This record gives sequence, structure tokens and C-alpha cells, in this order.
Amino acid sequence: MKANYSISIQLKKYQTLFILLGMCIILSILSPSFLKLQNLVNVVRQISLIAIIGMGVTFCIITTGIDLSSSTVLAVAGVVAASFAQGNHPVFFAIAMGLIVGALAGFANGFISAYGGIPPFIATLGMLISARGIALIYSDGKPITGLTDTFQFIGGGYILGIPVPILIMILVAFISQILLQHTKFGKHVFAIGGNEQAAIVSGINVKKTLVYVYTYAGMLSGLAGIILAARLSAGQPTAGENYNLDAIASAVIGGTSLLGGIGSIPGTIIGALIIGVLNNGLILLNVSPYVQLVLKGAIIVVAVLIDMRSRRK
Amino acid sequence: MGRENILEMRGISKHFPGVQALKDVSLVVRKGTVHALMGENGAGKSTLMKTLIGLYKPDAGVIYFNGKERSFKSVHESIQAGISMIHQELNPVPYMNVGENIFLGKEPCYPNSFLVNHREMERQTDELLSRLEIQVNPRQLMKNLSASYIQMVEIAKALSYDAKLIIMDEPTSAITEYEVEHLFKTIHWLRENNISIIYISHKIDEIFKIADYITVLRDGEVVGTGEVGEFTKETLIHMMVGRNLNQLFPKEEVEIGETVLEVKNLSLPGKFENINFSARKGEITGLAGLMGAGRTEIVESIFGLYPEVKGEIYLNGRRAEIRNPQDAVKLGIGLLTEDRKQSGLFLPLSVKDNIAIVNINKYIKKGLLDHREIQKDCEKYIDFLQIKTPSLNQAVNYLSGGNQQKVLLARWLLVNCEVLILDEPTRGIDVGAKSEIHKLMSALAKQGKAIIMVSSELPEILGMSDKILVIYRGHVQGELSREKATQEKIMLLASGEKQYEEVQL
Repeated sequence: MKANYSISIQLKKYQTLFILLGMCIILSILSPSFLKLQNLVNVVRQISLIAIIGMGVTFCIITTGIDLSSSTVLAVAGVVAASFAQGNHPVFFAIAMGLIVGALAGFANGFISAYGGIPPFIATLGMLISARGIALIYSDGKPITGLTDTFQFIGGGYILGIPVPILIMILVAFISQILLQHTKFGKHVFAIGGNEQAAIVSGINVKKTLVYVYTYAGMLSGLAGIILAARLSAGQPTAGENYNLDAIASAVIGGTSLLGGIGSIPGTIIGALIIGVLNNGLILLNVSPYVQLVLKGAIIVVAVLIDMRSRRK
Repeated sequence: MGRENILEMRGISKHFPGVQALKDVSLVVRKGTVHALMGENGAGKSTLMKTLIGLYKPDAGVIYFNGKERSFKSVHESIQAGISMIHQELNPVPYMNVGENIFLGKEPCYPNSFLVNHREMERQTDELLSRLEIQVNPRQLMKNLSASYIQMVEIAKALSYDAKLIIMDEPTSAITEYEVEHLFKTIHWLRENNISIIYISHKIDEIFKIADYITVLRDGEVVGTGEVGEFTKETLIHMMVGRNLNQLFPKEEVEIGETVLEVKNLSLPGKFENINFSARKGEITGLAGLMGAGRTEIVESIFGLYPEVKGEIYLNGRRAEIRNPQDAVKLGIGLLTEDRKQSGLFLPLSVKDNIAIVNINKYIKKGLLDHREIQKDCEKYIDFLQIKTPSLNQAVNYLSGGNQQKVLLARWLLVNCEVLILDEPTRGIDVGAKSEIHKLMSALAKQGKAIIMVSSELPEILGMSDKILVIYRGHVQGELSREKATQEKIMLLASGEKQYEEVQL
């Protein structure tokens, strides 16, 4: 009995990984070019931004919150970072500015929702709209170009043959995993989502913790903005459309529960990979982009359905 | 023996709008003893404990804890000082493991870092659990534990705070008899380790098994306190319920008609079995019993909330198939739920919508709602029930508890049901509104409705019921007529102390 039980728990933990592997096997049969190293690297590079944002969003969702603003916070951070990456500013300065802008936006999200008592959905929806405006104002509606080579290296460079965005994603995954699983802060994130009342009576400062959560999520959106600007060789005020939804989808497909208290960093990365492999496969198979959207939507719903089912048991 | 006192509460008073919840209450708990705090629902036990742990600020009185005068401003402060309360409704974080739950908010970290030392946390958890002789894997998720183990984990959590006083609120209400033995063993262990316990319970048996001292509260006052040897079961019951039944209950003499509802051999595994009773026109049937005895489940089964229930239900002599609440409503059964905010009211919706919602089909004309008709009917019942609301469009959220309850009553009156089930109809309602609800119950009985009332308040049961079913652990321990029923008899039956035959005299 007991052995069976723990096996099923283990299987559940890896169910998304099996879905990913299953998709890869099917695709490698249907399309010989799928398994080529260059293609696989491409897939991972494409999802690296979604995964980076998704890891921040995972923190938010575990607390039963959400962050809708990542796509436009990314754009603001992108144009700000780009504006400091022209001429002879040190590259470090551009990166710091991008991260700070992202973190500030996240701080505002967290502070307004935690201390103002506004649902995070609304607070971050407001930010989603305003931040796009801020990006357009800051850049005067035009892309900011003429970026230094060192800055562009962040988006397009390779170290030891691996694209830099992938390396950054791995670094973020490492830091996020430590934060979530090995620090007090991480425990408190889970506790708030699992049972806020219990968290309060255990003496956890729930509001402060929430502010940290949204600040971290905003900072990661900022980081994604820097990478995207570097890769596009321009700070685009209109960049990042739909990144927020893809990031939420990655987290949810990866097993993070919208009801809170459950979620993991590896899960979110697998979720992002599923989205990436799906996109890639549908392109390789010459499926029309319109149909791609339909399938992507369906798979997200199915993932949540599975999540709810397994929760009820 | 001259043990030192861990806790002295002196002259505690607390006033709420409309009620004097505590009047000059004193409670002295000695080190390493189990002190039972007894009293009926509403006697002031939880209010007293809440003033102790910092949830309420007393109007008057002083608290000495561990030799020092203290007044805790928050639960956090009282926990730090060494007082832990284990609530009746346990509060675990379901998807975290045992160790993480115990060390929530005080996770052991590696020196000079933010990093949680999982190995140390597990070691300390293991140590705590083995000290308490609890066989639980510290890595087990809380959601997989039974109520009894969750309770044990809560005790371990209290120990991890270095608690000197643990308050247990009805700790045996959710666990089985075998588990109670384990709990008692744990309590003995705590006592031997010089930890004091305030033990809140209705169950008289338990008290004589486990307590060293007893304090009895009634209507916010201490009516008796002393060593357990100074009490007998009879004196204890008498102290708890001893007040003269006041004449608050406007029970009218109503002619009782033919049988409307008949329940035969109703069983729900694990909750109740073989329930038989009938309800007649104009009759108020009271279901008495302790919390968790199965009363709510019984009436909810009649309302179709448990499709797996076995047995037969007859309405006006005909077999009724009730598979879901819709069936019940169609057959003329209404249910006022126990927790009106959780499962009764639509809080953000208007008074009007809350009243009309069950009967909304009646108002559809050509596919659209006839708002004028709804308005008219709602006004009629608001008038009849004297619901105090600024307008029909007021969100029900802003009404007082008594008026909210009346809105729910109006809902079922609008349906014109024959059988009206009221689960704790006056819980959390102030005295004035209470008596209005009781008046309405009488009026409805007079109209010929069969009323079934679940209540944990004995005066209410005795004051309003024509007959009383006492439920004990999922079966009918006795049925008493209005004439023969007394508080003592009901208490003896409800606590399983006496069988039906023994209380007949």
C-alpha cells in the first residue's frame, strides 16, 4: 500500500516531464530536423525569456497572487536599459538600471496589493496598462538603437558555445530554486499560499513577504527586458506582447496551482519548454500560425484541468 | 502540594455591544496541572481564552503569567511568552510537511545566512515527535495526516515554542476514541514535564479522567472552581445549566396536525446510522447534541446534500426521492444552514436578490425577470419578518446577523415550503434578535409548517421544541417530550452518560 502510494506521488511530480518527453518523442518521429542540436538550442533560447519571467510569476502564484504586468514592465526596463547602453556607459550600468526599473515596478505592484488591500490581479493589471505608456513616453514611441556591442552580447552572444540568454536562465533558475526551497523567505511564500491565517498566527509578516515576492517578479521581468533589448539590438517600447500570459501558462502547466501553496521552479521551466517545443513542433510541421494559437490555448486549459483533478484526490 | 501558579487571571471583565461576555472572572492555573474550563456554548470560555492570548483586550482585570503581570497585544506576543492555543478548527498548511509546519515562522537557519537548515529542522522535528512518542514522518505532507495527527503536530509546535501553558479547545471533538487515549497519554506526559494545560470541553467523562482542577463558567461568570474531587457529574451538570429557564421563549400553543415528514432508517456511514423520526404540521422538533454528534449531517441529508445516504424519507405519506437540494426544494423542504455566511447568503448581493434567488423561476415572464413582482413579494416578507434594511437593494453584507438570518427565513417562506429545517438559527445573534426569530418560529408553526431545529443551546431547545431528539455519536440516544425534558436529562443523554431508559424517570 505504502509503496504504491509513494510511487504515484512520485509519478505525479514528474507528470509534466513525461508530457514534455512524450512530445519530444512524437516530434522527433514526425520531423527529422527536430532533434538537431541547433534546433534544440533554438527552442531553449526562445523560451529562456518566458522561463525567466515565469519563475518570478511562480512566486506570485504560489502566494495565490498573479502578475499580469510582466510584458510591459519588460518593455520599460528594455528601453531604459537601452538608453544607458548607448555611447560609452559601462554595460554594468545599463543592466543595473534595467533591473532597478523592473524591481521598482514590482515593488509598486506588491506594495499596492499587500498594503492597499487590492487584489494582485487588479494592481498588476493597472501596472500592465500604465507601464506600456511609460515605455512609450520614455522612448518617445520609437525604438532606442545604437547599442554597444558588449550590451548586445547579453542577447546574442555565446559562452562556451551556449547562448548567453540560456546561461542567464540557468543562473536565475539556480537562484530562484535556492530562494524558494532553501530560505525562510521561500517557506513563508508557500505558507502564505497554503493557509494565510496559519501564516499570520505563526508570526510571519505576510505583507512584507508579498512585497518581496512582487519585487523579485518585477526584477526578473526587467532582466528579461534587458535580454530582449540586447537581442533585438534595440529598446522597443512595444516589445513583449503576450509574454505575461506565456509566463503564467508556463507556471501553471508546470504544476503551480492558482489556488496557492503549490509550485516549483523546475516545473515552470518544464512548462516553458512544453510551450517552446509545442511552438517549434507546430512550425516544423507547417501548421498554420492560427491553428497554433488554438492548440496552445487548449493545452493550457488541459494542464489546469489535470492540476485540479489531482488536487481533489 | 503548594504548587506555584503559572497563570492568574483576576477580575477579568469584557463587554460587547449588547452583552456582558465576562463578569469579574478569575482563573488560577497551577504549574504542571490540567485545568478544565467548562460551560455551555456562550458561557464565555472562548472569550476568556481570547482575552488571555491577546485577541481581545479586557475592560478590567489583570493577568499574571509566569510570575509577571502581562497584557498581550497579539497572539504572537503570547506565543513568545509561552502560551500556545490549539484551536478546535485545526489550521495546518496542507502542502507543507510536518517539520515545515512546526517551524513555520521560526525556521532554523545556517549561521549568518538566509538559508534554511533542513537537516537541523528535521532533526529537531524528529526529537520533538519522539519526545511526544508520535509516529509521524517529518517529511510527510500535512494534507495526508488525519485530524488526530494534525493535533499532535500542533502540540509539537507548541512545545517547539517552549510553551509553558497549552490551551486545548475541544480537543476530542474531531478524533476517535482510540485517538483520545493517545491524546491523554500525551497530556500526561506534558503534565509530568511541568507544562500546564487549560482543557476546554463539554464532555464530562473526559474531564473526570484527565483534569486536576475545574472551573465552571455560566453567563460570563465563574459559578464554581476547585479540585476535581470536589465535583460530581451531577453537581457539574447542575452548575453548567443551573439557571432558571428564562421566559425569553415566546412559544405559542399550536394545534399539531398530521405527519408531514417521516424519516426511516436514515444512515450515512461514519456520520450517523438508523435515524428514525417524524415531524408533524405545526410541530417544532428539536435536535440536541454535542458538536460533531451528526445533527447537521442528518438534516443536510434530508435536504439532499449527501447523495450516498441510505434510508427512506416520506413526505405526506409518499416516498420522496431526494437526490440533491433541487429535489428537496421542489418537494417543499427548506434549509437554513448552520453557517449563514459560508453557505447561506450571497453577501455582496442585495437583500432582494438573496430573498428571491431560490424561487426565481416563479418570476420569469416571457423569458425575463418580472422585477416589479419580485419587489412586491420581497416587501411583503420584509414587512412580515420586520427585517431592518435601508432598502431592498442594500447588500446583505451590511445587515446585522439577526437581520441576515431573517433574510434567509424570507427566502424559504417565499418558496412556501412545508418542512423548514433550521440549523443553529440563532448562533451569533444578539439577544433581542434571537427572541424575534423565536417569535417567528412560533408564527410559522402556527401557519402549519413542520419545523426541525438543530441547536446547541439547551435553553433554546427546551424553550421552543415540542419534542426533542438527543443525538449522541450519530444515533438517537433518546426522544423526550416537551413536558418530560429537562436540561439535566438532555446533557446526560448528549454526553452519552446515560441511556434513554435511565433518564425516563
